[in-house]
Amino acid sequence: MKIPASFDGKTDASSTEIFKASRRDFLKIGGLFSGGLALGVSLFSCNEKGEKTATLAPNVYLTISSAGDITLIAHRSEMGQGIRTSLPLVIADELGADWSKVKIVQAEGDEKKYGNQNTDGSFSIRMFYKPMREAGATARLLLLQAAANRWKVSVTECDTQNSQVIHTTSGKKLDFGELVEEAQKLPVPAAANIKLKDPGRFTMIGKATPIVDLHDIVSGQAVFGIDAFAEGMKIAVIKRCPVVGGSVKSFDDKKALAVPGVLKVIPIKGPGLPATLSKPLSGVAVIAENTWAAIKGRDLLEVQWDLGPNATYSSAEDIARLTKEVARAGTVRRNRGDFAAAKAGAKKVIEHTYIAPYLAHATLEPPCALAVVKDGRCEVWACTQNPQGARDILAETLGIPVDKVKINITLLGGAFGRKSKPDFMLEAALLAKESGLPVKVQWTREDDLHHDYFHALSVQRVVATLDAQNKLTGWNHHIAYPSISATEDQSVVQPSDGELGLGATDFPYQVPAIRIETHDAPAHLRIGWLRSVRNIPQAFAVATMMDEVAEARGVDPVANALELLGEDRNLTFEQEMGKGKYPNYGESITDYPWEVARMKAVIQRVAKEAGWGKKLPKGSGLGFAAHKSFLTYVACIVEVRVEAGNKIVIPHVHYAVDCGTAVNTDRIRSQFEGGAQFSASLALKSAITVKNGQVEQNNFDGYQLIRMPESPKEIHVHIMENQAKPTGIGEPPVPPFTPALCNAIYAATGKRIYTLPIDLKG
Amino acid sequence: MAKYSIQVNNKTHEVDALEDMPLLWVLRDILGLRGTKFGCGRALCGACTVHLNGTAVRSCSLPVSAVGDGKITTIEGLAENGDHPLQQAWEKLVVPQCGYCQTGQIMNAAALLQSNPHPSEDEIEGAMQGNLCRCGTYNRIKAAILSVATA
Repeated sequence: MKIPASFDGKTDASSTEIFKASRRDFLKIGGLFSGGLALGVSLFSCNEKGEKTATLAPNVYLTISSAGDITLIAHRSEMGQGIRTSLPLVIADELGADWSKVKIVQAEGDEKKYGNQNTDGSFSIRMFYKPMREAGATARLLLLQAAANRWKVSVTECDTQNSQVIHTTSGKKLDFGELVEEAQKLPVPAAANIKLKDPGRFTMIGKATPIVDLHDIVSGQAVFGIDAFAEGMKIAVIKRCPVVGGSVKSFDDKKALAVPGVLKVIPIKGPGLPATLSKPLSGVAVIAENTWAAIKGRDLLEVQWDLGPNATYSSAEDIARLTKEVARAGTVRRNRGDFAAAKAGAKKVIEHTYIAPYLAHATLEPPCALAVVKDGRCEVWACTQNPQGARDILAETLGIPVDKVKINITLLGGAFGRKSKPDFMLEAALLAKESGLPVKVQWTREDDLHHDYFHALSVQRVVATLDAQNKLTGWNHHIAYPSISATEDQSVVQPSDGELGLGATDFPYQVPAIRIETHDAPAHLRIGWLRSVRNIPQAFAVATMMDEVAEARGVDPVANALELLGEDRNLTFEQEMGKGKYPNYGESITDYPWEVARMKAVIQRVAKEAGWGKKLPKGSGLGFAAHKSFLTYVACIVEVRVEAGNKIVIPHVHYAVDCGTAVNTDRIRSQFEGGAQFSASLALKSAITVKNGQVEQNNFDGYQLIRMPESPKEIHVHIMENQAKPTGIGEPPVPPFTPALCNAIYAATGKRIYTLPIDLKG
Repeated sequence: MAKYSIQVNNKTHEVDALEDMPLLWVLRDILGLRGTKFGCGRALCGACTVHLNGTAVRSCSLPVSAVGDGKITTIEGLAENGDHPLQQAWEKLVVPQCGYCQTGQIMNAAALLQSNPHPSEDEIEGAMQGNLCRCGTYNRIKAAILSVATA
């Protein structure tokens, strides 16, 4: 079964319906509702004529009790992006609710009840902003009507504020709680009668709202996957085959079983090749009374492996091979004009190869899941981004109906795409079934770094041609990296349209000749998606080459980008790629066009805010990069100071971001602050290398992340104010930071960066 | 297996554990104090930071047999109601993203302020460098510590 990446296909929501939920609905989701007003909100897909094409699926429930307590069901996974706060606040704002009376309850994973819960691709806000507003506005209208009926006045004379309905002419007030029984009896108003708030009257949208889990987190009460607990629970730690595609030949568990506390040793059958996104790796599990006994037992297992065909794989050799590969002609994926002619007529040709390593997600909470399998049912508690995908796969694997599988979603201690995969949940379920015990599978850091679904290494070659007038006449981008799809199907050796659409084929600059070519790169590890995915290596190549182009043209890099973006207009790419080849993050390019004016505006804003062009002391420099991803426009300027011993200090980072309507400005800022740090890790520190098919890094000494002393100091986030449709902010901060940093290092030292992580000594 | 009597958050607990069991797993698996997190198991990330006699230690690498009669404080025991000045500052500045590393960060910062109530920015960076945050909340962590240090 395939677990789709949301950038690679069509997202499925396009319309909303709001309905009164029954008491039965609420009993089904945990008996939260004991009277008052209860609404469900449905998203459904529809065809071009607006006819429903899929069954109604209630996504979100909203209840208001007679005591005035408001309960909202959060159906998306919280991993630090703040979605448990930002979607509910949209409802609360439209409703006119007192935020302090709003309680958030996490939904379980259930597609029939909640629609799409796959929390990735930066699309929660994009997909659910409008339905949330409509839900709030519908509940508000029902309460207004109930109050108007009681006061015998017109609804138009009434307003809501702080969980009260106010009669604006007389000043009379009624609490929501006093109106809910009457409101529940009223028919749900037709969608056409729902009036959304004028944005000028927003009380929460566009402002900063602290996250709802704040106190639980700082007091140590927040429940993450690792904190899931069941009576009689045992802990499993697994020794997995160090090479993807290998399997257990035989094992000796005598020493493991001798560890006090170790209960059982159970082998897990692996998928061989392809590794797939939906099967656990081959290994041997040690189940024990506690985590330490399980770890000790696991370390004492003696396992003979059949390492399989990947046992000779070396990432260094792969990079060398791909470097030769990208020097040849490849498969053309986008073509405009005649690049060969542009090159033949060029006065100057700039050509470089850009190399980036494998990366691990390294969520600070390693993967973990608790499963209970009993009486033909399976219940799981896990830090999962994709509860529904996991639910389907668990049902299939255990051979039980989907409705016998219940997935409870904890907080996620970081995710970044890793926790979209159900492998750790499958391990827990299989071991629970086999042992007859409640089993929590705990990955150690070593497990996490050795057996991730890795961000693929990448080799890319860019050729830019300039004519005698210093005009950029040609752009040729060669790309090679193992595709995510190869994890499911080994015959896939080239990037998908979806992967290329993340910053390569959507190259936005006006160049007469553009040719984008791809090359074969078979996969030898499990390949997955990491925060912003292929935008990382593609933005690195494109935006650092653009800096060289500007220099060669004798034009300032910011002016160069503005000039080459050209006239304000909407870009389309399909005519140079073929119909259906540009996924636009799953959205139609008509609904979410590539707007040159918005990109230019963020560039101008960041240049102004960062003081672009200002004089800096020797050894310091500013670097610029602009990159649109996940439909959000971002421009970034990094200031760097290179001190003695090649020590890189980053005193300032400026971002300008246009994500349409800003929902929770504090979480936009925090995602950009964190996005810069995330990008700084991969720019300066992190690399996974593979030898003999095995990952060479074991822990945070080998796989390094940025730490406080070397982290970017002041990160200034400038949010463009507009009322366009909101787009996501989880991933877009990551891609432009790294090339902006590389460009700043060049400005400071005269050294260009072509390989990540940056090594100024090399 | 051996019996140990350890003092955690001003209470004495009798625990039965392997002598090399790290304090982290004693706290989490035996005592049910799950605010202390596992991140690396090798004192490389700081997620498991607790206090031993007021000093920050990485509980993932401290065997229970080495605790002796030392006083352990975990995030649950840092302040009644979770209202230590640092916890309040963390809330005021909305420091956390995913939140997983934050209890370790707070415990590390609390030990720092106990030994050095008015650290400079450099001293804060030096003291906090053992605590990783993958979400990248470093600047807010620093600001929260500074706000308490200068208060």
